[in-house]
Amino acid sequence: MTQFQGKFRLERAHLQRLFDALIRRGYQIVGPTVRDRAIVYEQLNSVADLPMGWADEQDGGSYRLKKRDDEALFGFTVGPHSWKQFLHPPKQRLWRAERQGKSFDIIQEDDKPPKYAFIGVRSCDLHAIAVQDRVLLHDRSADPIYRARREDCFIVAVNCGQAGGTCFCVSMMTGPKATFGFDLAMTEVLEGERHYFVVEVGTEKGVEAINEITHCEAGDGEQARAEQIVARTATQMGRAMETADIKELLYRNYEHPRWDDVASRCLTCANCTMVCPTCFCTTVEDVSDLTGEHAERWRRWDSCFTMDFSYVHGGSVRATPRSRYRQWMTHKLATWIDQFGTSGCIGCGRCITWCPVGIDLTEETRAIRETEAAGSQSREGISGNA
Amino acid sequence: METLEPLLTAHPFFRDLAQGDTRLLTGCAKNVRFEAGQVIFREGEDADQFYLIRDGKVALEVFITERGSAPILTLGAGDALGWSWLIPPYKWRFDARALETTLAFALDGKCLRGKCDEDPRLGYELLKRIAAIIGDRLHATRLQMLDVYGARD
Amino acid sequence: MTTKTIDPMLPLPWRIRRARRDTRDTFTLDLEPAKAGDSLPFLPGQFNMLYVFGAGEVPISMSGDPANPGSMTHTVRAVGAVTKAMSKLKRGDTIGLRGPFGARWPVEEATGKDVVIIAGGIGLAPLRPVIYYILARRERYGRVTLLYGARTPGDVLYQSELEQWRGRFDLQVEATVDNIPTGQNWRGNVGVVTLLIAGAGFDPAQTLAMICGPEVMMRFTVIELLKRGMSEESIFISMERNMKCAIGFCGHCQFGPTFICKDGPVFRFDRIDPWLSKREI
Repeated sequence: MTQFQGKFRLERAHLQRLFDALIRRGYQIVGPTVRDRAIVYEQLNSVADLPMGWADEQDGGSYRLKKRDDEALFGFTVGPHSWKQFLHPPKQRLWRAERQGKSFDIIQEDDKPPKYAFIGVRSCDLHAIAVQDRVLLHDRSADPIYRARREDCFIVAVNCGQAGGTCFCVSMMTGPKATFGFDLAMTEVLEGERHYFVVEVGTEKGVEAINEITHCEAGDGEQARAEQIVARTATQMGRAMETADIKELLYRNYEHPRWDDVASRCLTCANCTMVCPTCFCTTVEDVSDLTGEHAERWRRWDSCFTMDFSYVHGGSVRATPRSRYRQWMTHKLATWIDQFGTSGCIGCGRCITWCPVGIDLTEETRAIRETEAAGSQSREGISGNA
Repeated sequence: METLEPLLTAHPFFRDLAQGDTRLLTGCAKNVRFEAGQVIFREGEDADQFYLIRDGKVALEVFITERGSAPILTLGAGDALGWSWLIPPYKWRFDARALETTLAFALDGKCLRGKCDEDPRLGYELLKRIAAIIGDRLHATRLQMLDVYGARD
Repeated sequence: MTTKTIDPMLPLPWRIRRARRDTRDTFTLDLEPAKAGDSLPFLPGQFNMLYVFGAGEVPISMSGDPANPGSMTHTVRAVGAVTKAMSKLKRGDTIGLRGPFGARWPVEEATGKDVVIIAGGIGLAPLRPVIYYILARRERYGRVTLLYGARTPGDVLYQSELEQWRGRFDLQVEATVDNIPTGQNWRGNVGVVTLLIAGAGFDPAQTLAMICGPEVMMRFTVIELLKRGMSEESIFISMERNMKCAIGFCGHCQFGPTFICKDGPVFRFDRIDPWLSKREI
């Protein structure tokens, strides 16, 4: 990404103008809003839809909103939604087919997705988008559905002003500061009466957008204040993951007894795969109507936690919850590295928060690392001379 | 001092084996116990023990990808388990799992091979017994395979 | 010449030129393109995704002659909803086809060497293109051996072709069945296919082996070949897992770090040995 010099200051009162500029350019604005006692990503009509004055408290299996004592617009971390639901939609029709005598015609979908502007993308999620780009755009072929949504996406990142109870972006080197992948990146500053954003520009599109709205250069003090905020966030991480040698560690320990331990807790509910911003697995459903004349193929999100996922004639290859949890975690943290050159995990902690029983992959990894020797003990119990 | 010798002598495998030979082989033996469900050995692992089951039940299994562990034979008190310790490359060719609490003697494979190398006559005695067991198993397996209970196609 | 970007998730219509029942649960379809002149070059070992209107799609290996890309042959076992629906299709019906996908058998790497082809059950179908390929350039290969094991004589595939191949002086063919049920006739071998390896004449130092069949059969076959003195780098197997897209996006066919649809289905044994010895992968 080309270096764009200088940082700007955007007053909170003028943020709506950024929204207006994006709408004028034909973008559909998507960003955080409060719904059903969580902060989710939805279409936004104005700045008023942002979760003003809300914070979130997260821990294993726990998520609560609580009121802040200020009016920060981005005073929270990440919720159950990620940007993948827009770029890699949960349900998508691939084509329709019409019977023609003994034959049939396939009718391609006229896929015309909206041009999205994402407001409030955290650094971890920028990495998640890059991880999905690698899988769905830059591997042997590109997924046309993902590409159509990704190409025109305008991204306004937000540098986190606070870390979450399950966050570990520092361990995964994915934040808290946004360093790439954005058109604009903002740090929210509240100082007494003042409420403004220090804005960094990432692309030409970002330059064009910022030029349409009232702004001025950010002073040294303001820039320092923004940097201070992000630096402080880095010290507040709720979790940590030791990533040294993690691929080899997990490759060595496919039979570690810890997998039995986690299997006794895991419900295979698949929440983690739904909230994880990098999980990309899908399935295909072929359906027809009662007349048998019209058929459709749909693609929808799928999860490796289901029995169907690994089904071959005769049975499922991963018949036990133990093997399915192990598949998810070793894919995310180990085999992903061999497949795509990076970890699949970006340290957002959503899987920890949204697991109903609070399974924490940082803890599972730690347990395996610390008890690795114990995992390879022999089996026999010696019963003496009886 | 109590040794395993009298108990080994009582096991069917050692029937009619000379006292001196039994004593010698006791040096390779220890008592082992497996809890119900416990894996005794897995296909591919080093085959370094010869097990003589005293009490309990053991399933010989093969792991089939889409089926999981498929049992092929059940062994119990008085049975011998495993002969891959005798034949290079000394790797187990099947899985074995205790179905209930199982007590057994485990005779160390290397120790046994060593003693047989030193005294080929002892080796011959052991081999005769093991050949008999293998022969019985082969015969039984062939009968199993013929699927004689199945309805005619 | 313009390159058409074909959406790889869009099936193309192919017509059934011939549908033939092979055994009690296996059938073979010969397909021709719905548009005359279309053809689909493929390499031995590759597979197509075959779509039955309204029912679904399944991955099926090519089992025809790669020298004849205008005719697609697929031998299918009717074991699930889609394949059972497919077994009811007749001449003139249309099937949707996407492909070819996957990594091929090492027919090039095998030139100048002895070749051992070991098939178990339906595993003979993905290996038949190898035999056609080799026979079309027979002088480039050393001794060629086919070992084939089926459950019963009634389950033996391509019987007339096997007999033809058996009659050739430049091909060693041995077939065996697990047992002979009442009412069936068989004058060939009885016993598992691994027992045929000892009697097959090939130089383990100069041989490439290609194996296809149930995973457990391939596992035991590899053990016998290694015992015979072959190296892990000269043994190739064909893996199978659940597949939905065949283009590396749905994630279903993962086997450790590999995607069977694009890194396989054919794998050199040494490259996946560590994963084969793990369970529930």
